[in-house]
Amino acid sequence: MPTKPNIKLVKTPMTAAADIKHTPPAGAWIEVGRLDDIPRLGARVVCAPDGDIAVFRAADDHVFALRDQCPHRGGPLSQGIVHGHKVTCPLHNWNIDLQSGTALAPDVGCAGVYSTRVENGVVFLYTAPLPSADCSGSSE
Amino acid sequence: MKEKLVLIGNGMAGMRTIEELLALAPDLYDITVFGAEAQANYNRILLSPVLAGEKTIDEIMLNDEHWYMDRGIVLYLNSEVTGIDRNNRRVTTADGVSAEYDRLLIATGSQPFILPVPGHDLPGVIGFRDIHDVDTMIDAAQHYRHAVVIGGGLLGLEAANGLLRQGMKVTVVHIGDILMERQLDSAAAKLLRKSLTERGIEFVMGAETAEIVGKKRVQGVRFKDGREISADLVVMAVGIRPNVALAKSAGLYCERGVVVNDTMQTYDPRVYAVGECVQHRKQTYGLVAPLFEMAKTCANHLAELGWARYAGSLTSTRLKVTGIDMFSAGDFTGDETSDEIVLQDAARGVYKKIVIKDHKIRGAVLYGDTVDGAWYFQLMREQSPIEDIRDRLLFGQGHLGDSGHGANAVAAMADSAEICGCNGVCKGTIVQAITQKKLFTLEEVRAHTKASSSCGSCTGLVEQLLAMTLGGDYSAAPQNKPMCPCTHFTHDEVRTAIRERELTSIPAVMQALEWTTPNGCASCRPALNYYLISTWPHAARDDYQSRYINERAHANIQKDGSYSVIPRMWGGVTTPDELRTIADVVDKYKIPTVKLTGGQRIDMLGVQKETLPMVWADLNKGGLVSGHAYGKALRTVKTCVGQEWCRFGVRDSTQMGITLEKMTWGSWMPHKFKMAVSGCPRNCAEATIKDFGVVAVESGWELHVGGNGGVKVRVTDLLCKVASEEEVLEYCGAFIQLYREEARYLDRTAPWIERVGLSYVKQRIVEDADGRKALHARFLDSQTLAQSDPWAERASHGVDKHEFVPLKRLA
Ligand SMILES: Cc1cc2nc3c(=O)[nH]c(=O)nc-3n(C[C@H](O)[C@H](O)[C@H](O)COP(=O)(O)OP(=O)(O)OC[C@H]3O[C@@H](n4cnc5c(N)ncnc54)[C@H](O)[C@@H]3O)c2cc1C
Ligand code: HEM
Ligand code: SF4
Ligand code: SF4
Ligand code: FES
Repeated sequence: MPTKPNIKLVKTPMTAAADIKHTPPAGAWIEVGRLDDIPRLGARVVCAPDGDIAVFRAADDHVFALRDQCPHRGGPLSQGIVHGHKVTCPLHNWNIDLQSGTALAPDVGCAGVYSTRVENGVVFLYTAPLPSADCSGSSE
Repeated sequence: MKEKLVLIGNGMAGMRTIEELLALAPDLYDITVFGAEAQANYNRILLSPVLAGEKTIDEIMLNDEHWYMDRGIVLYLNSEVTGIDRNNRRVTTADGVSAEYDRLLIATGSQPFILPVPGHDLPGVIGFRDIHDVDTMIDAAQHYRHAVVIGGGLLGLEAANGLLRQGMKVTVVHIGDILMERQLDSAAAKLLRKSLTERGIEFVMGAETAEIVGKKRVQGVRFKDGREISADLVVMAVGIRPNVALAKSAGLYCERGVVVNDTMQTYDPRVYAVGECVQHRKQTYGLVAPLFEMAKTCANHLAELGWARYAGSLTSTRLKVTGIDMFSAGDFTGDETSDEIVLQDAARGVYKKIVIKDHKIRGAVLYGDTVDGAWYFQLMREQSPIEDIRDRLLFGQGHLGDSGHGANAVAAMADSAEICGCNGVCKGTIVQAITQKKLFTLEEVRAHTKASSSCGSCTGLVEQLLAMTLGGDYSAAPQNKPMCPCTHFTHDEVRTAIRERELTSIPAVMQALEWTTPNGCASCRPALNYYLISTWPHAARDDYQSRYINERAHANIQKDGSYSVIPRMWGGVTTPDELRTIADVVDKYKIPTVKLTGGQRIDMLGVQKETLPMVWADLNKGGLVSGHAYGKALRTVKTCVGQEWCRFGVRDSTQMGITLEKMTWGSWMPHKFKMAVSGCPRNCAEATIKDFGVVAVESGWELHVGGNGGVKVRVTDLLCKVASEEEVLEYCGAFIQLYREEARYLDRTAPWIERVGLSYVKQRIVEDADGRKALHARFLDSQTLAQSDPWAERASHGVDKHEFVPLKRLA
């Protein structure tokens, strides 16, 4: 049984979003479920109109969200094996960094990143992806 | 303040250590590098192709000056370090530059040994070690005619070949009668000499140099027996001497090389040394594979991880002369206690010799046909017993009916030829990656090209491409290869620890065996989970998050993220009701594709994950259960119609198949496991390419093991013949349990049997009756826990509900 975490705020990527000069695409913070609904070292899917979003929970209860599409050939990252702050794609084993969405070397590519936060055991997701500079360039 | 790391010697071993260190700990040190040469770091072993005009200097650079700049490394070129002050932890160069260190790394390599004969210091007498030497040789080729190479070893012959290609008339002088006597026996050396002579190189054998003659410049070489030949250029390639003068002058303990322990530390704990300048366990090395292993170990300690140990290396050699194939490894002469197998075909210019002792390969020499070099070297490194394949050993891996390592002549393959079928990588792509991205090891090729990273059956081919492209055996992985980068223990060591230290959970294993990552990776976690549940079926709990998605979803993920559903059909037999159930399910859930599999099952493809539990519930109602077509588990038992219908059938193969499947379904294995039963030797069920195949004969049942289809088909080995049905079941259960307990994760039965030897399996299963019964009993015991339909658990008992429903649906 996963014990209930007493962490209030696990991750605040808000500052990252606020720093960006141009206006981010419109989105909203929404509640997606309880932290306990996501297995540790696992992921769940949030179905959004423009495509699925994978919400991951690391062993240390950090929560991350990525577009559920591997930069390689679109594999569903939510189905991969989570280790550290990384997920291994189930289709051809690319490793994707959960924080930045970038593929780990030597692979190159990037999955869209979404902001998340956890308050009192409830997971919130910002429905527009972070404008991520990393996604355009290479990860090297 | 960061600690300061100073490297003396900007060569292959030193810089490899820095690269390994940066990969482990990018920000730990302020790094300063001193190199006596004018260039940044280049691939020294490719100087031979540069000399032969096949490559340019630019093509052999490993790290150019920008590389150092980008990483904030201070690089001093043309700077020979002349003093180390260990009290004040400071090094000084000839030009008076000095730098302080907290840790010092000495990698000064070695230098060519110049025979101390009169005239050795005349202009035109050089060694073959660096870019400067190569420039001198290329320059000489433009102005002079006669080159003499003293020394008929690897380096001398590569120099001779290069000078010949530069247009010089080349004579090789060798003191003994056998060329490359440290790598070749006399038969192979003769073939080599013959083909080099045909190219135009002259040889003076058995000649000891007495003097280099000449006034302003070298003019000739005189031998002890009075003979003399003319020369405008003399290349001394009689051996190398580790560069220890600097270390010695600093008071570090040196013998032939700088003496280091298994962590690459010298007698001064702040000072490490790697490369050709070191002496480790009384050995010095002159090839890069061992230096790279040293580099890995040293970097591990510099990065303060502190667990790696270097235990010495076995080496193999290849000659980098285009068009000449030569491979040598280990002890190729043998003694009274060893014996050898030899194949000699003078007309084809092929010679192969393998030295064997106690059923294991001690060494090998190959000339003319070296495709199996990597394979012999692997058998040698792993000390695999070879008695069962001895009769076919010399013909190569291609003749083994091997488990799919492939043994085509890669050199002859077109660039467009596909090497890795799983990931669609062709030869040209791999060779390009090796040269352009400067790759040296199998792991690097895997990471950069994905070749050999899935089923691994092309590993042998990729290793050969590496060897072919780079000249030596770079994949000379340490004998004990860690199971993944998270640990330094091998699969076998991990298994032993789990059993002997009674570890029953993944965190316990990771803690006991000092895992370097907090929760492993996608490669070790599934392996650990398997080892735990197979070793401790009662005590260990299955770790759901350490399973591949197929085993979590109990269905096969497809490329579009949908899943396929294959229900069990015992022995391949079905009924109208089952077929109706399937037809109804396909209609109801609008499943796009229905297909018959090669394993006699029905596959429904394109089911969305959320629908899986409903599909299963309906199938369950019709009596259909999971076929485990997605698991590292018992897959299918294929049968022929057998005695009941077939006019040739001698036994009821169909019923035997059903009984076997009922006994074995649900068991987790190191890899997928397939079985088949044929009703007579016509073998319509193809039982001889299965992991466990049963063929009925008049007097009983033949049991075959270790077969597989796939990229490279491997035919089974005959295990034995038994009389009764009960025996078939007992031998089958025992065989599976032995495989489950002893194979490495993701090894199918074929590579496992090739590694441990069929004799071993026979001894455990056929000869040792008590052992067999015990294995079978352990198998049945673990089956009591395994045989529960995972589909029913999820469809009707609410197991893992979260797997199949989205966390939330946004409008
Ligand atoms: C022509 C040739 C072909 C070869 N072919 C093969 C092959 O096919 N396969 C194989 O495995 N191996 C081969 N080798 C051997 C391989 O190149 C060496 O084993 C390897 O380069 C040794 O690495 P190292 O770092 O120990 O020494 P090096 O690469 O020699 O590096 C030592 C560096 O330290 C510098 N240095 C020395 N003293 C000082 C000082 N006091 N201050 C500053 N700098 C200093 C030197 O100038 C040099 O640059 C070949 C070597 C040669 C020369
Ligand atoms: C070695 C690497 C192999 C891999 C990665 C692999 C992978 C796969 C995959 C992904 C499927 C599709 C299953 C599904 O979703 O329904 C499949 C099907 C199948 N595999 Fe393999 N397989 C391998 C080797 C083999 C071998 C050696 C055999 C034969 C002995 C084999 C026989 C089959 C059969 C018969 C099917 C069903 C195909 C069909 O008729 O639809 N596979 N395999
Ligand atoms: S089912 Fe097997 S053979 Fe067919 S494409 Fe997939 S992996 Fe290749
Ligand atoms: S293997 Fe023999 S018994 Fe079985 S179908 Fe073929 S011929 Fe008939
Ligand atoms: S789709 Fe993710 S690795 Fe290929």
